[in-house]
Formats: sequence, structure tokens, C-alpha cells
Amino acid sequence: MIELSATEAIERIAAGDVDAGALWSAYRERALADDLNALSWVSDADAPPAVDGPLRGVPVGIKDLFCTAGVPSQAGSRILEGYRPPYTATAVANLARAGAPMLAKTHQDEFAMGSSTENCAFGPVRNPWDSSRVPGGSSGGSAAAVAAGLVPWSIGTDTGGSIRQPAAFCGIVGLKPTYGAVSRYGMIAFASSLDQAGPFARTVADAALLLGAMASGDRCDSTSLGLPEPVAVPSATDLSGIRLGVPEELTGAGIEPGVLATFRATLDIARDLGATVEPCSLPHAPHALAAYYLIAPAECSSNLARFDGVRYGLRVDGDDGLLEMYTRTRAAGFGDEVKRRVMLGTYALSSGYYDAYYGRAQKVRTKIAEDFRAAFAGFDFVVTPTTPGVAFELGAKTADPLAMYLNDYCTVPMSLAGIPAISIPNGLSERLPTGFQIAGPAFSENRVLDAAHALERAIGFDGGKALLTRGREARARHRDAGPDAP
Amino acid sequence: MLSREQVLHVARLARLDLTDDEVERFGGELSKITDWIDKIAELDLADVEPTSHVVAVENALRADVARPSLPREQALAAAPDPAAGGFRVPSPGAS
Repeated sequence: MIELSATEAIERIAAGDVDAGALWSAYRERALADDLNALSWVSDADAPPAVDGPLRGVPVGIKDLFCTAGVPSQAGSRILEGYRPPYTATAVANLARAGAPMLAKTHQDEFAMGSSTENCAFGPVRNPWDSSRVPGGSSGGSAAAVAAGLVPWSIGTDTGGSIRQPAAFCGIVGLKPTYGAVSRYGMIAFASSLDQAGPFARTVADAALLLGAMASGDRCDSTSLGLPEPVAVPSATDLSGIRLGVPEELTGAGIEPGVLATFRATLDIARDLGATVEPCSLPHAPHALAAYYLIAPAECSSNLARFDGVRYGLRVDGDDGLLEMYTRTRAAGFGDEVKRRVMLGTYALSSGYYDAYYGRAQKVRTKIAEDFRAAFAGFDFVVTPTTPGVAFELGAKTADPLAMYLNDYCTVPMSLAGIPAISIPNGLSERLPTGFQIAGPAFSENRVLDAAHALERAIGFDGGKALLTRGREARARHRDAGPDAP
Repeated sequence: MLSREQVLHVARLARLDLTDDEVERFGGELSKITDWIDKIAELDLADVEPTSHVVAVENALRADVARPSLPREQALAAAPDPAAGGFRVPSPGAS
């Protein structure tokens, strides 16, 4: 029954053909046998909690950084090892109320800083397509778990690409909603003006269902708005009259040829479905990454000040009073990437550098948002490859932070503009999945999902489903069999 | 290029205790990153307003009504060193 999409499972449960308890058990058995280090915690309940909501008990995986009452919520960090919060994040509570109980929590890059999940204090997550490769990050565990069928769907967070990039690397659907669509209450913060929670799923329809259940305006997050209209089940089968803009800045130099090939093939499919495809320009997009790597570290250096050994988590005492306790605790509790970004952000905000760095980055952000507004005056959506390349080998980029940062090249501009963007699987390059990104204006989720649904049908990518129904041994055979393997 | 003194200054502001090896390594890495980031200096950004927040939400206020807060024992449950109903810390006056 794990081959059912979540939407199908809900329909079968409603019709009485499938038992929610049996579905829970089937997934729980797979989750307990996780051989990818995708999961940080699996429920010890033999049966799902009694639920009475539209999601009918179909279980969900939750990224480690969502606070979940009484359940370890560590954000992938040694400094929060074993931390069990006293309350539950709004997005997770919304899902539970809608009838999607939490089956597992998923590993991530520490405090969501990373693009490979190698910055997880509890070991790297493996890509189910090839266990010598990374699943992407920072929500790598949530993506790998869905691709490998350890959970039917999951949620993660995206600050500069942390949902879309791992979705692309793992051959599944991932959506970053408009900033403010989903409450950030109970999400352990990285960069507050960028962080946004969203769904991972095997199909666009499943992603829409999960988004609808998790989104809400929340008085506990004064920046949350919810969505202006209910999330509709996507139903479009063509793209008649849809104008797709292809930004030359994000579709040329720096993108691997195999990724460009699947991207262009998908543009051809879009034309066949009735879309017009024209070049567009986001003139400031090449500067987005630099602006992002000032804004996000600046915000993180402030947010992570709370990890001081006083109220929760690790404490390392010294002989020399409070200040030494702080510096020792943080030195022992944070990993290298977190230290790098905290220092980078502290530097960018420090006296004498603020105007040249943080202040300038905020102005670049204005220009990027203007670029998108101009593009959406002539186009319904802006489309790009989700990532410049496919999933890379573990260790390939850990020694070079800048090379790792370049993974976010195509996803960061949308994050800075706060607009929704989805990644759908659109083929293989080097026997590994690639992603197609569709970005729309703020709060255009329903239209983005509809376009993604029409393309998904026409692309007919079946890799993820094949991957999970054949099981682990078949996965290994698939890996070793060569380019002609089905 | 960040000097050793700059790295130590930033680490002190960020409350991070660095080993000598880390000062060396992070100094090199942060210099590379800031060199790359410096390319935003190319842009003409005169008269551009900064954006700190993308969604137009202003003054999201609620009524100032007292509500129950987290019970004290729950708030202290994860503390490394709770004492006397509070969070105990080493003396700030030491050294």
C-alpha cells in the first residue's frame, strides 16, 4: 500500500478499502529500517493517534527543526541534542488537526545551514538514488524519506532553496510557499525574513493537499498571513495561454549540460501543452547569492544568540564565569558551518561594515523583488532549472564553502523576493533526477500548482515511484546496472 | 583579507571560543567568502530603498490581554542548571 500517493491513500481510507492503522504500520516498518540516516526519530506507537480530519490519518515526516512537544527537536545540532520542547509548532499542529499524525522526524543540516545535509551533527543523510551521494539540503532527510517511501509525504523549510534543491536531488516535488503563508511559530529560526515551511510529496496534488493543511495566519507569528484563498486540488491538463519567462541569467553559464538538457526538454513539453516560452531578464539575479550570504548569516547571527547554555541544550562550564561558559558552550555545540555563518553575519553587522554589507544587501534585495515584478508584468511564471547540477558525491564540496553555496544559485532569488516556487522532477541526468522550478507572484500558489500539475502529467516522471516499490536491493541493482536500467 | 585580530574580534562579539587552528582556517574561509561577496559593490544602488521584509504587514497588533503562560516547571524542564525556580548561571563577575 506504500505505492499509493497520499491522495490515493486518503481516498481508499475514506472508501473503506484501506485501513489507516495498516498504512501507519506499513510506513512505520519502513521508517524503522531507514538505511539512509534520513530520520532522527520514529514514533514508538503501534497505531496512529485517533484522527478525524480530511487527511484521514495518512502519516507525515517532520523536519527536525520544528518544535514538537515531548519529541526530540534538535535542528540537526549538537547544542540541542535530545532537546524536547514544551510546545508544538503551528504548522505541525495544523497537520495533526487535519488528520496527518507525525510518524517520524527527519535529519537536516545544522540549523538549516547547508545544501547537502552533511552539516548534520548526527551524520550525513544519503540519497536514495545513489547512497554515495547527498540528498541535497538543508531538508535532506525530509526529501530522502519521501523518495525512499519511509513516509508518504513530509514537511521541511526553505530559506534559500532548502526545500526545492533536495526535492530536485531526490526526484520528488517540493514547494516553497509565499513568505507568510505558513506560520513560523515553533520553527527553530535560521533567517527570520526568509524562512518558510512547505511540503515534500511524490505528486503535485499531494503537495497541494499538504500545503492547504499546514498554511495559516497565526497570532503567534505576526509575519504570517495564511493564504488568501483555499488551496485547490490542481486539475489543469494543459497550459493554454500561459506565458513562461526563461531568465537568461539563471539558465546559461554555470548550469550543467545534462540539467540544461532536461530543462529544455520540459520547455518543449510546455509548448506542446499550449504555453508560450520566451526569454526574460532578472538583471540582478547574478548578485542574489552574494546578497543572500549577507542577509541570511546576519539574521542567523542574531537568532542563534539564544543558544547560550542557560535555558536549554548543551552547557560547557569553564573556570572563569559567565562569559567563558557562553564561549565554550557555543564552541562545543556548533559545527563548522554554523560558526562560519555566525561569524560572517556578526562581521556584516559590525560597526564600520554594516552599510557596506548588510545595508547594501538589503538594497540588492529591493532590486531583485523589482526584477520579478517586472517579469511578472509580461509572464505568468518564471521557470528555471532548480539546481545547477545533480546530486553530488558525499564530501565533494565540504572543503569549499563557496562551491557549496553555488547550489542555491537558481533558488535564492525567489527566496529574497518572498515568492512561491515549486520544484518538480523532470527527468534524469547521469542517472540522477533533475528538477524544474516554477516561480509565480506572491500568493499565486494555486496557479503555480496547476501549472506544475499539467507539466507533471505530461512529463510522466516515474522514477520516485519505481524507486520505492522495488525496495532497497532493487535500488542497489538500479544503481549498479548502468545507464539503460529501467 | 581578514586579519587574525579581526577574526578574534568577530569571534568575541559572537561569543565563540576558537582554537588557533580555527582562527587560521575560518580567517582564510571568511576572507574568500567576503572577497566574493564584495562583488555587490559593483552595483549602483544610490536612491534604492532597503528591503528588510518582503510582505506588506504593518503593525500586526493584538489586544493587550493577559493569557496563561508556560508553567514554570515546563519552562525550566530543559534547562542545564535550574535552581530556586530559575535559571542558574555562573557569576558574571568572575575573572
